[in-house]
Amino acid sequence: MTGRSEPTTAGALSVLAQDGPAKWDWDFVWEIFPDLLDGLWVTVQATAVGIVIALALGLVLAVARRSTIKLISWPVAAVIEFIRSTPLLVQLFFLFYVMPQQFNVTLSAFATGALGLGVHYACYTSESYRAGIESVDRGQWEAATAMNLATTTTWTRVVLPQAIPTVIPALGNYLVAMFKDAPLLSTITVIELLAAADRVQAITFRSTEAYTMAGVLFLAVSIPSAALVRYLERRFRYERA
Amino acid sequence: MSELDLANIDGGGTPSTTDGPMIRMEKVTKAFGDFVCLNELDLDVAAGEKVVIIGPSGSGKTTILRVLMTLERPDSGVVGVGGEALYHEQRGDGQLVKAGEKHVRRVRRKVSMVFQHFNLFPHMTAVRNVSIGPIKSLGRSRQQADERSRELLGMVGMAEKVDHYPAQLSGGQKQRVAIARALAMEPQVMLFDEITSALDPELVGEVLNVVRTLAHTTDMTMLLVTHEMGFAREIADRVLMFDGGRIIEQAPPTEIFTAPRHERTKTFLNAVLHH
Repeated sequence: MTGRSEPTTAGALSVLAQDGPAKWDWDFVWEIFPDLLDGLWVTVQATAVGIVIALALGLVLAVARRSTIKLISWPVAAVIEFIRSTPLLVQLFFLFYVMPQQFNVTLSAFATGALGLGVHYACYTSESYRAGIESVDRGQWEAATAMNLATTTTWTRVVLPQAIPTVIPALGNYLVAMFKDAPLLSTITVIELLAAADRVQAITFRSTEAYTMAGVLFLAVSIPSAALVRYLERRFRYERA
Repeated sequence: MSELDLANIDGGGTPSTTDGPMIRMEKVTKAFGDFVCLNELDLDVAAGEKVVIIGPSGSGKTTILRVLMTLERPDSGVVGVGGEALYHEQRGDGQLVKAGEKHVRRVRRKVSMVFQHFNLFPHMTAVRNVSIGPIKSLGRSRQQADERSRELLGMVGMAEKVDHYPAQLSGGQKQRVAIARALAMEPQVMLFDEITSALDPELVGEVLNVVRTLAHTTDMTMLLVTHEMGFAREIADRVLMFDGGRIIEQAPPTEIFTAPRHERTKTFLNAVLHH
């Protein structure tokens, strides 16, 4: 809550003095709205950075896991399975508390959170990419060989343009799920949307408006995001030969 | 340009570096588990020769094309194209050693292949399917490659469909685009793997016409696996009968189709021609 007057404790005292449930107060909603928007902005930023990491790293992991060099494919498979099998919260705590102590690597809470989200979801997106890559007909690889295309060209011009459209719905779902997992970042002191609502509630004791508006703001982002995913799915759809 | 104006196709951008055979296979063996597909196969194909390969399923006829296209690496033996070993490099002391990817890509450039199931890239238009190879592999500019691709598509009767995606084309049209795509690589050797097997019967003729014209008007070396015996008789200089991963009989078409010597060839031709 920066640069603005914080919700006053007067509201809190009036809540305590009331009998029965507090009534919905639109004035209070407008009072706390800027703080919640700040929280939402942090959530969106963390998710955006996480998405970039998840999409890029996921692709690298998927390609590495297909490597014929066992020294590459086995460790990558092990890391993917390890991360997929442990909770995101544990990974966030590990990055935030253990890394500085054991490895002398200290990142800001925001950077740690975005990285944690990105790496965690990269392991899921990598599996989606892998499914997409495996859905590309073997004949496509063979045609690329017959045209003497280099390995990089085969991947970038032939395989991935066919693999990725088929997995856009799955990728999109993970990305929306990542946005909804972002409140976990509050546990490592990132003041994202839920943490902002928590602070309002802690100061004013008014939970109804704070958490309801937090929910509304999450919806306001996740519903258009899901619509965007559906649009992209249609945009990149083509019939296979 | 006429519908099937293939006469000015240059059979091989770079002339062969040898006076010997265009293709030479020496004791080539390829097995999948216990199943031996090619059994110490020896074969020479002269430059410009049109060779048709016939034989029952599993006799190794497709495998020989796949080995030449580097889609299957032989277990043993030496494969040469245009006077150079495909899978081996010669060391300073004359010893043949396993070739690196760079060498394989350089020699493979002499060969191109048309597949049974077309294998067109579904996310590219016909013209892009044809031009991507020359752009990415032969280093042509996009303008040059597109121009040549449109020309080649015109030659195979696909001038009106250059901007269509594969899904918008019939099987015969797809296969003609695939032929144009293979030609765009300016190969010295063209491989055709049962190119009409996946087509509806009424579409077979249009594809065979293109290949027939190619065979009669170009000096490209061609290896064709086909079950179209009439077509084989018409275009082949030599017919190879495969069985058990070996060539059991080879002769000019007039001879092998009228007076086959090997008992297995007689049975096979009898079954194919009277089915």
